[in-house]
Amino acid sequence: MQRVHVMQKSALTIGMIVIAVILLFPIVITFTNSLMTEREIEINYGMIGFLGETTSANVNRMVNIKLIPDQVSLEQYGQLLIYTPKYLAMFWNSVFLVVPIIAGQTVIAALAAYAFSKLKFRGRDIWFLIYVLTMLMPFQVTLVPNYIMADQLGILNSSKAILLPAIFSAFGVFMLRQFMLHIPYAYIEAAKIDGAGHMRIFLTIIMPLMKPGIAGLVVLLFVDYWNMVEQPLIFLEDPFKQPLSVFLSKVNDGERGIAFAASMLYMAPMVLLFLYAESHFIRGIQLSGIKG
Amino acid sequence: MLFLLPSVIGFALFYLVPFVMGVSYSFMNSSVERQFVGLDNYNELFASDSFRKAASNTFIFTVVSVPLMLVISLGLALVLNQSVYFRKWLRTAYVLPLVVPVASIILMWQILLDWNGSLNVWLQYFGFERVDWMKTDAARYVVIAVYLWKNVGYNIILFLAGLQQIPQDYYETACMEGAGRFRQFSSITLVYLIPTMFFVVIMSIINSFKVFREAYLIAGDYPHDSIYMLQHYMNNMFMSLDIQKLTAAATLMAGCIMFIVIGLFIMERYFRQSVE
Repeated sequence: MQRVHVMQKSALTIGMIVIAVILLFPIVITFTNSLMTEREIEINYGMIGFLGETTSANVNRMVNIKLIPDQVSLEQYGQLLIYTPKYLAMFWNSVFLVVPIIAGQTVIAALAAYAFSKLKFRGRDIWFLIYVLTMLMPFQVTLVPNYIMADQLGILNSSKAILLPAIFSAFGVFMLRQFMLHIPYAYIEAAKIDGAGHMRIFLTIIMPLMKPGIAGLVVLLFVDYWNMVEQPLIFLEDPFKQPLSVFLSKVNDGERGIAFAASMLYMAPMVLLFLYAESHFIRGIQLSGIKG
Repeated sequence: MLFLLPSVIGFALFYLVPFVMGVSYSFMNSSVERQFVGLDNYNELFASDSFRKAASNTFIFTVVSVPLMLVISLGLALVLNQSVYFRKWLRTAYVLPLVVPVASIILMWQILLDWNGSLNVWLQYFGFERVDWMKTDAARYVVIAVYLWKNVGYNIILFLAGLQQIPQDYYETACMEGAGRFRQFSSITLVYLIPTMFFVVIMSIINSFKVFREAYLIAGDYPHDSIYMLQHYMNNMFMSLDIQKLTAAATLMAGCIMFIVIGLFIMERYFRQSVE
């Protein structure tokens, strides 16, 4: 009986590992290939976009995906960081967009989530439903009015046109509210009896308990806005203001040699943040998903 | 009330008012003249081939990929929830694609999916014909695969949380009363997962709209017909300044989303009452 159990467990584990390997494959390849020399990249991937007929005779002219570089080098990173300043400039563009969005949305959403989960007022549930509904809409739905709004506020072609709507997005409110529902109301009652006001309760009781929820939200927002493509394309005409996400997608043949390193540079902050905050992040997501 | 104020002001200014404006534009002849024209824009919209194509693609994509996602992520979550080795490591591996920026993985998709790409190298190696992944109907499967790749981990986490909520003694009681594994799954696991399931469905729908980014980054403004989504259509209408069609399409899409979500909420309420 015990033997059968171990065998079944091992078989399932192997199956799950195979799936994990497939999922991680693109990420691992990006990493190892970022250590190739530009020449090796050109040899292996030069055929992308070539539309002529390839036969089995010249099959070696097709893409040759390679896990381990022939020659490990930091050439790409050197090129990227020293000789191509525009990449770094765009990296910072991304940072200056994403950090204020995360900070702003988290603060405003935490306040609103407190109201939606712990205070009682008329129309609360209707308002919340409206928040949820707009959260579900794709960006394109309010594209035109948002554009006109930005134009009238005079913030078109400035990062504010992206920052301001993002800060007030309903997503943070939704997630933190779901999370706050797990905090027992009795805590607040007790604090009220001791004479604490709502601000005091919010800062000293709710916020400390909210850590996993906020960690979850921060990672999810980071994922979403670090990836932003549509908004900058429409609201920022100036190519020098674009974040790296837009730019990386337009890497052309001449720049393929350093594209892997650029991708790694772009991926690294996300992945490191995730690994650092993983347990909080997962708890945060899980508690927002189950009813208390 | 002060807690809500900053959020409500910003929310109204950047979401609610624009949304109402958008809906009202969809009934006007131009945003300059502002004459009410009834359903003219909608009639024109429905007459447009590219709109019909985009709408049906978006519909098909959501209808196919969301259930597929549910089945796959629930299956993986069930296995992970049982006994496997390296459980924590596996969970991390499944979630990792979620945090990898789309743009930094685009190059990989190109390498895999190009006419001269790796997938075709492998196909040829095993004696199959090459497939031009992004320029044939195969593009649809590519986009579904990318969607699954990216979002499966998130749903697994949600399902794991739901599974851990189910008290273990329910299963023990069922076991003693002689319920088989399948019976236990269908009348305990599935039933108690329903609240989680609704949340997962909603998040999966949101994320299925976000797959547009991947499609856009891989294939540009005018991808192959099979992955031309409503968002492509709306973006292109914006670029050609056809505000009427854009707002009409947006209003329709918003209406459909509302319909689905409110339907889901009603269903959830109904299910929860029947459980209690």
